[in-house]
Amino acid sequence: MATLTNAPALRRKARRERLRTLGFLSPWLVGFTVFFGYPLIATVYFSFMHYNQIEAPTFVGLRNWRYVLEQMPLFGPALWNTLWLVVVMVALRVVFGLGIGLLVTRIKSGVGFFRTAFYLPYLAPPVAATVAFVFLLNPGTGPVNDILGSIGIHAPNWFNDPTWAKPSLVLLSLWGIGDLMVIFMAALLDVPREQYEAAELDGAGAFHKFRYVTWPSITPIVMFAVVTGVVQTMQYYTQALVAGKLASGVSIGPGSVIQPGYPDHSTLTVPQLVYSLGFQNFNTGAACVLSLVLFAIAMAVTTLLMRKRAGLLSAED
Amino acid sequence: MTATTALSAPSAPARRAAGRSPAPAARRRAALHWIAVHTVAIAAALFFVLPFVFVFLTSVMSDDQALSGDLWPTEWNWSNYADVFNTPGFLDWWRNSLIYAGLGTLFTVCSSIPVAYALAKFRFRGRRTAMILVISTMMLPPQVIVIPMYLVWAQQLHLSGSLWPLIIPMAFGDAYSIFLLRQFLLTIPREYLESAKVDGSGEFGTLLRIVVPMAKPGIAAVALFQFFYCWNDYFGPQIYAAQNPGAWTLSYGLESFKSAHSVNWNLTMAATLLVMAPVIIVFFFAQKAFVEGVTLTGVKG
Repeated sequence: MATLTNAPALRRKARRERLRTLGFLSPWLVGFTVFFGYPLIATVYFSFMHYNQIEAPTFVGLRNWRYVLEQMPLFGPALWNTLWLVVVMVALRVVFGLGIGLLVTRIKSGVGFFRTAFYLPYLAPPVAATVAFVFLLNPGTGPVNDILGSIGIHAPNWFNDPTWAKPSLVLLSLWGIGDLMVIFMAALLDVPREQYEAAELDGAGAFHKFRYVTWPSITPIVMFAVVTGVVQTMQYYTQALVAGKLASGVSIGPGSVIQPGYPDHSTLTVPQLVYSLGFQNFNTGAACVLSLVLFAIAMAVTTLLMRKRAGLLSAED
Repeated sequence: MTATTALSAPSAPARRAAGRSPAPAARRRAALHWIAVHTVAIAAALFFVLPFVFVFLTSVMSDDQALSGDLWPTEWNWSNYADVFNTPGFLDWWRNSLIYAGLGTLFTVCSSIPVAYALAKFRFRGRRTAMILVISTMMLPPQVIVIPMYLVWAQQLHLSGSLWPLIIPMAFGDAYSIFLLRQFLLTIPREYLESAKVDGSGEFGTLLRIVVPMAKPGIAAVALFQFFYCWNDYFGPQIYAAQNPGAWTLSYGLESFKSAHSVNWNLTMAATLLVMAPVIIVFFFAQKAFVEGVTLTGVKG
């Protein structure tokens, strides 16, 4: 009843709070609308247009969609490469990251040194790391093939061989495992010690302790690593592009147009194809169609993440 | 059976056992375990460290030797580093990288803190939706929306050929930073904020005087991440700065370095190390904040 008499005051307070909330959120509200909402709608619009970025856009219906999905020769390879990387790279990174995490938690002497050594490559800027790996693995004078050759191993041509180019990129991604190492390390140290001791009293061996004590308590983190890994790998762009360009040995001046994905389209990913269509061929419509395909896949994965990791949202206060 | 337990004994019980001066068998098992673990660790360390070593050794070789496949330099040409700095444009790339990373970080932190604070501590309708939208933006590949954005910056605002199309949007909040800061702010107990309000601080005053000082570790982590993101960014400068070498960043310029010095792996490797150096130096000064940040992304969710 008392609330009734205070109604105008309460309403004023509620309005003040709404304004305050809006004020605090305003940078993001503007940013989200201008730099996310608008371009997303415009992408849909351009996907139905013929537009070469010089003449005015003309409506062409589903022609861009049909072109990309049915005729464009590079769509298949790009999608295949991206999916290949998503499956192989993410799986190997999670396994390797967990292995390095387990290793680090068992090291007793020189922990600081090993942790830093394992972590540093993650910090190397992607372009620099890729340039370094293209050099290390180059078939002519690279130290890796040099050493492998001297002990009698016939080494592959790495970034210059269509079969080995993607595995070389995976190797590069394993070198930068530091982020996963830290996450897994923290998760492993969080497993209550008493549980290990109890398992030991029950006579559990190494495998059983991992399977029944470690694994159940780190599965949320493994899940998190898998899904963020998938999202990141769907955007995989810089390393593949730089490796392909450098390994091809083509001189790259500003404005020069080269076919991406050397060798033999084996490193062409969907994001690279978007760039190539939109900024080299000026086929805005097709590039926007491909963007939306990428968007749809990314959203499907995100939804999966939200469902599996409700914790991201539930930790309120 | 003994072998498997020896290889797997978790560190804690082993350490405790060591304190109690155990039986010789247990001590031998602990020693074997120590050797096994450290052998694997050294092998792994070689995988992570050797690339840096080879890159460094090549960076000081003479032009001819860098093409020979030798591993060890016969003479140490430190002048290669001077040659890199004297490459036309290299200093401009440094300056541009610092501007992009510096301003980008400043803008991102200032614009993301109030948003993260509202999402963490205010109760309002649509908060959950807002969080879902923030996380969705975070997951979105940048290539999805780049074409219309580029057309606006290039055709309407005539700002292509510069880094401004990358820096300006950072004054309007960054999804990843908002998300991380929110996770961090959730850990600040509500009572601190209530007591500040009793003292008569407005919400903004509370944010500046109470929340920001308490959230320093989280803010430091977000700032570092954003700085590294800008420093490492290749796609952004490629879209907006490619046509104007005067606006290139180190990350973007490095790749063209190889073609300018087509076969001089030594100079390219020296440049590569010079691009890696700032990030690694920053890391050594801010190690704690960094590890805190990485952990924040995964564990505190």
